[in-house]
Amino acid sequence: MFTVVIWGIAGTGLLLSWCRNRAKTREALRFFWRAFISLAPSILVIIWAIGFILTFLPSGYVLNTIGRSAGIMGVVIAAVFGSIVLIPAFIAFPLAASFLRQGADVRAIAAFVTTLVMVGVLTAPLEMKFFGKRFTVLRNSLSFVMALVIAFIMGVILR
Amino acid sequence: MKIKAVPAALATLAAATALVWAVRPDKALAVLFVSKDYLLEMLSILPPVLILCGLFDAWVPKRTVERLMGEASGIKGTSIAFLLGTVAMGPLYAAFPIGKALLEKGASLYNIAVFLCVWAAIKIPMVLFEIRFLGVEFALSRLALTLPAILLIGGLMKLWLDRDPRRRKETPAP
Repeated sequence: MFTVVIWGIAGTGLLLSWCRNRAKTREALRFFWRAFISLAPSILVIIWAIGFILTFLPSGYVLNTIGRSAGIMGVVIAAVFGSIVLIPAFIAFPLAASFLRQGADVRAIAAFVTTLVMVGVLTAPLEMKFFGKRFTVLRNSLSFVMALVIAFIMGVILR
Repeated sequence: MKIKAVPAALATLAAATALVWAVRPDKALAVLFVSKDYLLEMLSILPPVLILCGLFDAWVPKRTVERLMGEASGIKGTSIAFLLGTVAMGPLYAAFPIGKALLEKGASLYNIAVFLCVWAAIKIPMVLFEIRFLGVEFALSRLALTLPAILLIGGLMKLWLDRDPRRRKETPAP
């Protein structure tokens, strides 16, 4: 759905731009091509790494480490796990819900969901290409700490 | 060193895949199939996003962005960054080129940090999805806590990055 909409908008924009000013449109396309070529290799690395992680990670082990008995360590591990994996939210939410039903710690699930969306270790190389190393490290590590804070507050609220 | 890292990582991944192929061909195939799915997903999203960034770069004057989202834009600029983040859809990596384009046109660092975090964490369809699977209590309390957290992250980043003159050198062109 998102894909169709975004292609539609990009196509329409390009057409309108072409009708009004050819030179500017060519400039825009050059921008697109330069950005695409410089990003392609990093994207390939990220995607290949995801293939490995999703193939070799056993889910039984995951559940054991983020159970209610695992305590604070389980919450931290869940946050680390959420930072590393790159799965779409519409897959992650049902997964998190099933972990919760099977006895995972609410704090661990909150930490996992929050770092999943806000922290991206695998996409960090890409983020660095755009915003530099310091920006990327700061944004991701601050988001990680905040995710833990959010998780522990939620543990108190939802008890 | 930064330039060499990508080919090195690619070579490592290729070697690892070959190694897995030698021991467990089925696992190697699984790795490649998962990767292929993600590759197709990224290839379907990134080109139109980059085209839009190109059009934005060619058509929108720097003055406009500076006025709306620059250092002096205050709460209005942050609200715009916030709105841009919530109405958007798609993964975080699609937001990188957009944030970069805004930054180069004069948007403030604080507003871009807020934009990226909001894009990542607070999207209307995603919140609905979270309510559906994890419950209203869980989703809404997480949302209520994430909001101030994002503003705090943006504020801290501004505090630390603006003070450092090396920042400009470390921001490479895409």
